[in-house]
Amino acid sequence: MIHLVRALALVPFALMLVGPFFLNRVTPLVFGVPLLLAFLVASILLTAVILALIYRLDPANRDGPQ
Amino acid sequence: MNAALLWIAAAAALALVLGFLARGGRQMGLAQWTVAGRSFGAPLMFLLMAGEIYTTFTFLGGSGFAYGKGGPAYYILCYGTLAFVLSYFILPPIWRYAHDHSLYSQSEFFAARYRSRGLGVLVSVVGIVALVPYLVLQFKGLGIIVAIAGYGTVSAPAAVWIGAAILSLYVMVSGVRGSAWTAVAKDVLILGVVVFLGCYFPLHYYGGLGAMFTAIEAAKPGFAALPPHGESAWWFSSTVLLTALGFFMWPHAFGSIYAARSERIIRASAAVLPLYQLILLFAFFVGFAAILQVPGLAGPDVDLALFKLSVKSFDPWVVGIIGAAGVLTALVPGSMILITTATLLANTIYRALDRKADDARALFVAKLCVPAVALVAVGFTLAGGQTIVALLLLAYAFVTQLFPALILSLAAGDAPPRPATTAGAAAGIIAGIATVAALGLTHSSLATLFPALPAAVTEINAGTLALAVNFVVLFAVSGSAKLVAAARSRP
Repeated sequence: MIHLVRALALVPFALMLVGPFFLNRVTPLVFGVPLLLAFLVASILLTAVILALIYRLDPANRDGPQ
Repeated sequence: MNAALLWIAAAAALALVLGFLARGGRQMGLAQWTVAGRSFGAPLMFLLMAGEIYTTFTFLGGSGFAYGKGGPAYYILCYGTLAFVLSYFILPPIWRYAHDHSLYSQSEFFAARYRSRGLGVLVSVVGIVALVPYLVLQFKGLGIIVAIAGYGTVSAPAAVWIGAAILSLYVMVSGVRGSAWTAVAKDVLILGVVVFLGCYFPLHYYGGLGAMFTAIEAAKPGFAALPPHGESAWWFSSTVLLTALGFFMWPHAFGSIYAARSERIIRASAAVLPLYQLILLFAFFVGFAAILQVPGLAGPDVDLALFKLSVKSFDPWVVGIIGAAGVLTALVPGSMILITTATLLANTIYRALDRKADDARALFVAKLCVPAVALVAVGFTLAGGQTIVALLLLAYAFVTQLFPALILSLAAGDAPPRPATTAGAAAGIIAGIATVAALGLTHSSLATLFPALPAAVTEINAGTLALAVNFVVLFAVSGSAKLVAAARSRP
């Protein structure tokens, strides 16, 4: 189970290393910023969600002193 | 003295006072000076790991790169994010091993894992070679800030000298704890300044973000995305990968891990840091806003974009606050880099020469190295004409060469690294560094070396090529060493 969750860590790499080949456009602007930039920002937000999920579910973080 | 210089002087004074206070009557042994006795909890650790996000590099380099190159600047958002993802998995085992074996530095880690003092010295040399351009770019930033905010009363070389003197003094007094406390002050100040500027400029000059990017698109179509050639999607992807792998190969980033109280704190920091990265957006907005407002900056002058626009828009005292934030963004990472370089010189290189030196003596030598290293960096700063981002990319191409040997040693757990042998690791590092140096010195890229290759391949970051060479040599040397050993052991 935790291995599957950890595999989610590959998603940010796929998005940021491959995405620019397909979304390399200025227009349409998304929330006022170029499409490519908006995509990268969305990827970062998703990365934060994924890392939070991994941290929460990783048994290594459950016990022991903070 | 004008209002702007007054604020900047106040910032420098604040950094020094915090440095003195942070010392807090503790006995400053080598462990206290370099890793703060491994006592940092989550908040301080978070700031140390975030160290690079708000340096001169992002403050001036990020806005300058957006101004000069446009879309390619987005790489800065991505590499840190991917590095934090990696850090969740690779930093805790490093911390555990370093903690169990009472290690202080990155080179000691390599020396211990590969059971070779020589490899430790090699890793130190690579670290020092990569750290010098990194320190140079902080000094360059200091020079720009003081010179511009001084409205011509302080020359750029004088500003660099003053900055180097403050930095050396600060580091010799406080060690790493000073860095962490000043990092708190710096991050609060820079956060406020960058967010304010990133909102104010687009709104004031264009009426909003959308209007700004529409105006830029009309003046320079495609500028805010990646160009079809040069810094293309291939360049972007390979550069993000190279710099993400290199992010924690820095001797000082490695050193900052050791200051954590537990490995769980490192994981928690890794999980939160990607969000912190988003503040960079505002630095980009400043750079983009400057394109149509202060046009005509070229070459290394693109790094002036943020300050040129600020001077054009604000009273001197506001420019002073921006400059004060800028000074701190150069001092904090600068002090980390100086401490690391000095510790490297004392702990590995000096100790390799004088085997009987005790900790007190090594600390003494480390403190002596601080002004010496600063002097060398000042020399390069006054001589060089590179942009801040170009300097950092060069430094990254060097330091990332440590990645193959590190990752293979981690994969093996506590056992001897496989399939890498000590000779293989050393040969790979040397081959990678030689490739970077050769490409840099001859000013060649993949395009000039192999004109027959398709354009896409030639746009790949040259540091990635060096990394590939590194891996190939590592496996080849390690493999042949094993074959030789096997042949010898045969009857």
